[in-house]
Formats: sequence, structure tokens, C-alpha cells
Amino acid sequence: MNTRPFLGWFVSPAGLVAVGLIAAMLAVFQYSVRAYIPGTLEVGGFTWANFEAMLRPLYALAFWNTVLICFETAVFTLLLAYPLAFALTRTNSTALRSFILIVSVTPLFLGEVVRTYSWMIVLGNNGFLNTLLLKLGLVERPLRMMFTSGGVIAALVHVTMPIMVIMLAAALSHIDRNYEKAAESLGAGPIRIFMTITLPLSMPGIVAGFSTAFAWTFSAFATPQLIGGGRVATVSTLIYQLGFSSFNFPFAASLSIIGLALSLAVIALLKKAASPLERMAGTT
Amino acid sequence: MKRSPVTLALRWSGRVLVAAILLFVLLPGVVVAISAFNDRAILQFPPQSWSLRWFYRAFSYADFAKGFWNGLTVTVWASSIAVVVGSAFAFAIHRYKFALRDFLEGILLSPLVIPHYTVGLGILILASQTGIERGFPLVIFAHVVMVLPFVMRSTYISLENLDTRLELAASSLGATPLRILFTVTIPLLIPGLLSGWLFAAILSFNEFTATLFVSSQATQTLPVAMYNYVREFADPTLAALSVIYIVVTATLLTIANSFLGLGKILNVDAH
Repeated sequence: MNTRPFLGWFVSPAGLVAVGLIAAMLAVFQYSVRAYIPGTLEVGGFTWANFEAMLRPLYALAFWNTVLICFETAVFTLLLAYPLAFALTRTNSTALRSFILIVSVTPLFLGEVVRTYSWMIVLGNNGFLNTLLLKLGLVERPLRMMFTSGGVIAALVHVTMPIMVIMLAAALSHIDRNYEKAAESLGAGPIRIFMTITLPLSMPGIVAGFSTAFAWTFSAFATPQLIGGGRVATVSTLIYQLGFSSFNFPFAASLSIIGLALSLAVIALLKKAASPLERMAGTT
Repeated sequence: MKRSPVTLALRWSGRVLVAAILLFVLLPGVVVAISAFNDRAILQFPPQSWSLRWFYRAFSYADFAKGFWNGLTVTVWASSIAVVVGSAFAFAIHRYKFALRDFLEGILLSPLVIPHYTVGLGILILASQTGIERGFPLVIFAHVVMVLPFVMRSTYISLENLDTRLELAASSLGATPLRILFTVTIPLLIPGLLSGWLFAAILSFNEFTATLFVSSQATQTLPVAMYNYVREFADPTLAALSVIYIVVTATLLTIANSFLGLGKILNVDAH
């Protein structure tokens, strides 16, 4: 008897998609080491010039900026998402649970453009925040929040919150509450219980959420482009400019290769840094 | 149980904190909703006079209508293909060991961490090298690649919760594998497949970065049309469109929550 019925039927379509994806990634690699011929879409011969050009301050700075923005975004997202995920998994009220779930998950499905646009109205010179601050007499002139990396980070935190809440809530809901009850019966206070039991046990969720937030932010384009307005250069905005304004696809390809390598490296580093903690939590 | 003052203080400050964070999440939506009804073409707070004209413009602007239908075409094709391909593959990795299993799984899950612009640029370059037209199949392929991990995850979780004794019972009564698949396994997986399709559809309809690279004037989806609009105009039309978007999405999610249990789909329910 065939112990693996339909194996070929079930795997081949997925295999075809994988082949297409691999071919696309190889195309990026291939273009990244080709020479750019201005004015055409044709590419020249083999060259390392694209990668060498990235050492120029303009591009090096964009990489540094991007990593910094991603890191700050992930930190703020974690700080804001943790209390929400905690409330979501610990509340006894079904209505409150549903409310928190819908409110925190809906933005995930709104897409980057809608969410970025709404932040443009919040942060603009005639926007909501500035009007509020002026009316309250806290500032005399509108604060410049558009076209700053602070504004970009605020919007990106909003964009990455839902996925972080989902990942933290998944981790928190799988913690055996008996550990906390045992600590409480032994006389530990709520802060001590949280710091020594709940927080370490939720570490896998924190690591997963943090690295996903990092990767998503790295991939974000509409937010830095529209809120940064060209004044906050990130890897994604540079790639778009190079690809569609100057049609320098080889250089755009080499930037996305480095972007990919950098985001994978950071995620691997995060996983490695957290693994002793995860072992402590008894999971792998 | 008696509560100490510390516990009570923590409890109340926790509530205030959660309320403040929820406010942060809700703020942009509320601000957009208010400005959508602003009568003037310049964004301003609070609006001086009110009107519905931006809603009319959002519906009558040709690029949005075209983007909506393009997006719907891409979404229906991409999420349907992804559900068939992704759940079949999830079934295979859940049940069988085979050559290149982990490799294939890693490749197909990689779009979760590969920046979308890299995927978009790669597919664009591949198309121009092989002479493939920048038509709908190209956009649909890009979307299938990007939603596949979510569909695989959804089916995989359903398979974990599937009681295999039902399949064994069918088998012992003499049912062929094909009959078991269609009368036992697939019917039991329907909720997981449906929620996977819904997830894929919503993500595909909203995908922007990769679509910007692989779509052309003729195939641009709604998010791309919206992006082009913000760059050209500063009036509140997009705010009106955003309000429609938010209302439709929140309604769909509330329905999904009451019928399917959003907590279960997202795996955040306590066990």
C-alpha cells in the first residue's frame, strides 16, 4: 500500500512556486553584479562597482538610518504592545477581549497606504496634534513632525503594533497559570511574579515579535517615503528612487541584496541573543 | 481573596495604561474619519464646515474604481491559488517526510522575512529578462508568493487539531485514500481553509510595496492608485476612501470574530 498518497500532487504546485521565487531571487543577485548603462534597461558586464558604491557616505548613512529606525520602532512597539497583549489574555470580560482584539488587529488589514495617510493628517502642520498643541497654548508655532524620523517612527510603531500584539498574546496565552499561582501562594508580590515568571516565560513571543517588527519595518516603503518626504532616506526609498527615477536596476538590486542580508543578520542575532533566555523558559 | 494596596494600584494603573495605548491605536482612524467630512480642500482641524463631497469624489475618481476591480481580480485569483497550493503543501509537510521537505518549507516561508521590495524587484527583473509581460499573471504570482506563508500556517494549525482517528475509521471501513480525503479530511479542514483564504484575501488586497514594482498602469491595484493620489493631490478624498476601508475591514473582522473566533485563528486563545 502507498503510505504517502497524493505526495506528488500535493508538493509539485508548491515546488513550482518555490522555483519561481528562487529564480526571482537569483535574478536580483545576477543584476547586482552587472554594470549600469545609463539611459537603457540593458545591463553591462560583470562588476563589483555597485557594492563598492555603497561604501559612499550617502548610502552608508541610509543603511545606518534604516537599522536605527527599525530598532527604535521595534523597541517602542514592544513597550506598547506588551500591556495590550497582557490585558487581552488576562481579562475575564468577553466584551473587553473582543474589543481589544478587534481594535488592535484591524490596523493589520488596512494596508500601509491607508495607515500612513492617516498619520499624515495627525502629524501635519495643520494636522490634529499641532492644532491641539496650539489651542492648549503649549507651543507657539506648529511643531515640525512631518518629514522627521520621529514622525516616521510613530507611524511605523502603529503599523507594527498588531503583529506584535498577536505574537505576544500567543505566547502569553500558552503560559501555565499554575506557576504564577504557586509563586503567589509562596508569598511573592505581583511585581516579583511578573518579573521572575511571566516575563521570562513570554520571552519566545518577545523575540518572535521583535524580529518580525524589525523585518516588517525594514520592508516598509510607503511610510518612510510619504512621512519622510524624501528627507528621511532609508534602504527602501533609495531602491525605489534608483529603480524608477534613474532606472539603475543593477544598483537597486545590489542595495536590496545588502538590505536582505542585513535584515537576516539582525534577526539571526536577535534569536541567538535570546536563546539562553528561551532555554531558561524551558522552550526552544 | 484579599487584595493588597499594591495589587489594587497596579491594577488601576494597568487599566489607565491599556486605555491610553488603545487611544494611540484608534487616534489616526478617528482623525481620518473627522477630516473625511471636512468641506474644504485643505486639511484642517477642526473642520469649519461639513460635507460628503469627498465621498462622491472617492467613488467617481476613475483610477480608484479601476484599482478596486484590478485589486479584486488579483486578490480572488491569488488567494484561491494560495489556498490550494499552500494547504496541499501544508498537508504534505504535516503528514510525510520527503526529499527537500525542509528546504521547500524554508523557501516558501521566506517571504515573511525577505523585504517586499526585494521580492518585487526580483520578479520585475525576472519578467524583463524572460520577456514576460507585466500583466495580471505577474502581479498574481507576486501575491501568491507573499500570502502563501499565512495560508500554510492556518492549514497546519487545523491539521494539528484534526482527529486522525476519523480518517483511520474511514480507512478501516474500506474507503480509498481519495475518498477519505474528500469526505473526511477536507470537510474537517474547511474552517481552517476558509480563514486562511480570508487572511490571504485581505493581505493581498492591501499589499502595496511589491505591487508597486510589478504592476503597470493597466494592472495597478487600489493601494497603488491611492499612493499615486496622495503624491498628486492634498484634498481629503483619500480620507473618505480610508473611512470606507476602515469600516469595511472592521465589519469583516467582527463577522469573522463572531463566526470563526478570531482568537482561535490567531492562536491567542488560552488553552
